[in-house]
Amino acid sequence: MSKIIDGLYYSESHEFVKVEGDFGYVGITDYAQHELGNVVYVDMPEVDDEVEAGEDFGAVESVKAASDLVSPVSGTVVEVNEALEDEPGLINKDAFENWIIKVELSDKGELENLMDAAAYKAFIGE
Amino acid sequence: MSENKFTCLHDKHVALGALMSPFGGFDMPIQYKGIVEEHNAVRNAVGVFDVSHMGEVHITGPEAQKFVNYIFTNDITKMEVGGIQYGMMLYPTGGTVDDLLVYTMGENDYFLVINAANIDKDVAWINEQAAKFDVKVENQSESYGQIAVQGPEAEKTMQAVLNLDCTDLTFYTFKCVNYNGDNIIVSRTGYTGEDGFEVYASHDTIRDMWDMLMTAGVQPCGLGCRDTLRFEVGLPLYGDELTADITPIMAGFGFFVKLDKEDFIGKDVCAQQKAEGAPKKLVGLELHDKAIPRHGYEVCNENDEPVGYVTTGYRGISVDKSIAVALVDAAYGKLGTPLRVHIRKKYFDATVVKKKFHDKSYKK
Repeated sequence: MSKIIDGLYYSESHEFVKVEGDFGYVGITDYAQHELGNVVYVDMPEVDDEVEAGEDFGAVESVKAASDLVSPVSGTVVEVNEALEDEPGLINKDAFENWIIKVELSDKGELENLMDAAAYKAFIGE
Repeated sequence: MSENKFTCLHDKHVALGALMSPFGGFDMPIQYKGIVEEHNAVRNAVGVFDVSHMGEVHITGPEAQKFVNYIFTNDITKMEVGGIQYGMMLYPTGGTVDDLLVYTMGENDYFLVINAANIDKDVAWINEQAAKFDVKVENQSESYGQIAVQGPEAEKTMQAVLNLDCTDLTFYTFKCVNYNGDNIIVSRTGYTGEDGFEVYASHDTIRDMWDMLMTAGVQPCGLGCRDTLRFEVGLPLYGDELTADITPIMAGFGFFVKLDKEDFIGKDVCAQQKAEGAPKKLVGLELHDKAIPRHGYEVCNENDEPVGYVTTGYRGISVDKSIAVALVDAAYGKLGTPLRVHIRKKYFDATVVKKKFHDKSYKK
């Protein structure tokens, strides 16, 4: 049974957004980390890069495969989680705690296109 | 699309909660506990793989030796009964039909072990060549199940759990054993770079053995770590490092191509490439960054012009680096050559290194 946190926004490609003011922390869900298995590398954008909703902004790689990261929101990257550079496996320990990028949201209206916790729970069939 | 086949252990993998995925026409276990844990079990202790998907072809008849030596790159006339050789079957172009093991069962009696994905293609190829020889070709792939017990504790496990004394088997030899009434084949072979054994037997015997190994707590291992293990020690996977377009000379396996023996299919091209140099070369690559090169990614020279592609790549498990094997234009094949790998939107610096990233620990 995957962990799902109330109050976050979820995408169909299994990213989450945790909103704080004008910023959103973006990462992958617990369900996604479980499906991937041991995360061995996270390919992250750089600070000041622009991300766009529905577009790739990097990848999470398990031993076996690379899985694209699709941004659920648009905006400017203001921070990347540097801890993942040395310890990508943190995502397996706690995917929600170990967000990947912090984005200054350019259009908070986009959040309405995402799922809430209940809808995401139904989406993954749990 | 035809349905994926099941091995004789399929229900047991599902019951163990394995992640299943299609491979070579079979629904196979990729991992049980996790690729890293399973990989380390084989490097440090012991693990067992279901490799029942592999194909077996039995060749007999008055011209069996002559025939097998004609379709195989190694020289089977150098083998005694109980011996095993690794080598390839080639097209006349020198490209690879498959890589395989040949077991010498007796005089003019050979047992060929081929890749699952190639069974239909290989059997058709063998039959086509066999028309000119007095031989009998039997595809026995569906009669045999197969497990591989691999790791430094493999010999001990074979004895303690399966009651099979294998101390008399040296590397690349086998014996036929009557095991509870079933005639089985046990060989000191594997695909992990560690000491280990492979057992070919009836489906029922393989199921019994699997249960005994599970009860004894031996780690079941999936195809995920089978790939990382073989890759780290420089063993090729057909479809990646060997294909219809890749000769064993390009791939650096000239040792298994005996140019001093009688004619065999593909000999001319191999001889020419050995003498004049092959146009392409399989090399090891070590990335300077943590980004992971994957199969099919483009490899470029320092001017970012494409010179080849990645055949297999991983973040190493026994080797804590991003490493790959790549097929590149021969001009870029020298050790120490700087190359770049195109990963998603960026180019990452890499250096040509030996394609054996981790030393093998065979018991010879």
